[in-house]
Amino acid sequence: MTDITPEQTGSGRSQSTTELVQKSLARRNRKQMVLQGYGIAAIVFALSMLVILVGSLVITGYPAFTQTHVELEVFVDPEEVDPENLARGSYDEMIAVSLGEYFPDIDMTDRVAAREVTQLLSSGAQLLLRERVIANPSLIGETITLKVPASDNYDQLNKGLVMRDTPEQFRRVDNAAIERFDTLDEAGVISTPLNTRLITNADSRFPELAGLKGAIIGSFWALLTCFVISFPIGIGAAIYLEEFAPKNKLSDIIEININNLAAVPSVVFGLLALAVFLGWFGMPRSAPLVGGLTLALMTLPTIIIATRAALKAVPPSIREAALGVGASKQQVVFHHVLPLAMPGILTGTIIGLAQALGETAPLLLIGMNAFITSAPSGPFDSATALPTQIFIWADSPERGFVSRTSAAILVLLTFLITMNAIAIYFRQKFERKW
Amino acid sequence: MNDMRKIERDAKMAETKITARNVNVFYGETHAIRDVNVDIADKTVTAFIGPSGCGKSTFLRCINRMNDTIDICRVTGDIQLDGTDIYATSVDPVQLRAQVGMVFQKPNPFPKSIYDNVAYGPRIHGLARTKSDMDEIVERALRRGAIWDEVKDRLDQPGTGLSGGQQQRLCIARAVATEPEVLLMDEPCSALDPIATAQVEELIDELRQDYSVVIVTHSMQQAARVSQKTAFFHLGHLVEFNDTDEIFTNPKDPRTESYITGRIG
Ligand SMILES: Nc1ncnc2c1ncn2[C@@H]1O[C@H](COP(=O)(O)OP(=O)(O)O)[C@@H](O)[C@H]1O
Ligand SMILES: [Mg+2]
Repeated sequence: MTDITPEQTGSGRSQSTTELVQKSLARRNRKQMVLQGYGIAAIVFALSMLVILVGSLVITGYPAFTQTHVELEVFVDPEEVDPENLARGSYDEMIAVSLGEYFPDIDMTDRVAAREVTQLLSSGAQLLLRERVIANPSLIGETITLKVPASDNYDQLNKGLVMRDTPEQFRRVDNAAIERFDTLDEAGVISTPLNTRLITNADSRFPELAGLKGAIIGSFWALLTCFVISFPIGIGAAIYLEEFAPKNKLSDIIEININNLAAVPSVVFGLLALAVFLGWFGMPRSAPLVGGLTLALMTLPTIIIATRAALKAVPPSIREAALGVGASKQQVVFHHVLPLAMPGILTGTIIGLAQALGETAPLLLIGMNAFITSAPSGPFDSATALPTQIFIWADSPERGFVSRTSAAILVLLTFLITMNAIAIYFRQKFERKW
Repeated sequence: MNDMRKIERDAKMAETKITARNVNVFYGETHAIRDVNVDIADKTVTAFIGPSGCGKSTFLRCINRMNDTIDICRVTGDIQLDGTDIYATSVDPVQLRAQVGMVFQKPNPFPKSIYDNVAYGPRIHGLARTKSDMDEIVERALRRGAIWDEVKDRLDQPGTGLSGGQQQRLCIARAVATEPEVLLMDEPCSALDPIATAQVEELIDELRQDYSVVIVTHSMQQAARVSQKTAFFHLGHLVEFNDTDEIFTNPKDPRTESYITGRIG
């Protein structure tokens, strides 16, 4: 056996193990490199998609975070205001007169000519003046400074979204209008401050006045309802299934069904809600309460699954310790297991709620995409939610809604990222080493 | 020393705390304990030894009905504590476990403060009326667990922050806080270093004054050091039960002898 040759035993036998390993090592390393290369390429691809998505949203959305305003000196003419009924006054006339100061060669008493000029301003300008006067009737007879939003076209012009070098016939703003705008600009009354109305106003037909307040409050009520319903029910169901239910066929079937429920397309829940909540129970359309109930149906399985996983993760040694000193099953669960599982449960719940916040389809079915110009004062009022508001705006023809749609998506994303960050914080902070 | 022990033992051997008759335990189809009969004396340390998987833990867990918590586990036969059948329908396992404390293999303090670890049992059983009552109970238990001096200045700190040996003594303190009559210990030192093991063994010897202690151990030296009675289990059978000295010096059964001399296990 000392004279083994390659001919006798086949190739390779003469080589030492070290040599063999070395030979295969190169191949193995190459394979690992390729695998790592794939992994890195995949991550780069995913990240660049994310960057493109957010980047395009920011680029189209950022103009909506500012709004062109015109500063006017308005004389609140006592002749034009009915002191008995402040809401009834010719506030549009007062604004037209004030604006006319800058255009001495235009006859503001000519309705058509005047319309040309006042088109510069948002149709909501007179409402702002009216609100000011109603809030403070002593202003009657005074001259006040009022900053009113410019109308959408001029806002677009000011932000450079309507190009001046486009031929006039293809441009949404004609040359005369540009001239008028420039006159105001030279007078120094045009400014472009932060568009706080995006957050403080509810929806409006006019993009320059439209805001997300109604949608944010609507989403808030819907999520609150969703949480109040799904959190206790979800935890209760999970505790029962995980800790108390006998392990048999029936509990297996229930478990499979809950897991399947989590995978049911959300539009189906919307149809169910439409039939049950609106149809049978006659609940109000478009109400965040109904939206919340619908979202709760969807969030429930997520919470149940997360809670069961969190309960399972509590080590048996803790249960044994508690049982060993004479705790009852229920005491073991409520004194030890549940508190230890709570961070995991909260993480799962927040992630479930974040999903619910972004959910659109079921809300469309129950009418939360109505055009509503006032923020809801409670869960029973008609309202929109953030994703349905985005849906409405994306569907609107006015130019100003293009950037506002992106801006609204950015607002929604901000809420989602915040919620997920809180979930991650919980996970990090309360992570236990057993 | 040895003689003194013998005298002491003889004096106290009379009282029987736990009587087991024809005990069988099944995990589903697995027959884990087969016809075990044993009398465990009060104020004595009884050691269960035997190869891994022979059913020591299973039998130990019958004594405080911890096996009830395992769905597939079925116990037949008769186990009496002070003459009462602990598997009778009138006995609540919760009440039994307050009487029969247990210390586990791996130290398992609650992730709560040291104080709350010890106070938990007395609290759920309503043993203390006032805060000062509870303070007293906690101090007494920690002293019995031979850990009072080490933790008295940091009772509000988490029990999980202690060293392994300290954690196990805390668990012993927690077990004795409810004033049990029997203390079950399932390999209490297997996760501890030799110094901590020595401390716990010393403690077990002291606990014998007040309790009937049953300890499962895989270490024959430990059984020899701490116990007065030893039971040798093999494949679910209780092969031999006798005074510890007898078992180690003069085993009757060939299987015991093989195990002691290192041929089984
Ligand atoms: N929870 C359980 N489920 C099923 N079988 C078990 C369980 N616990 C123990 N057994 C079985 O019972 C037998 C005895 O185990 P155990 O009492 O843990 O032995 P020991 O403590 O002596 O090592 C083993 O065969 C083991 O596989
Ligand atoms: Mg064991």
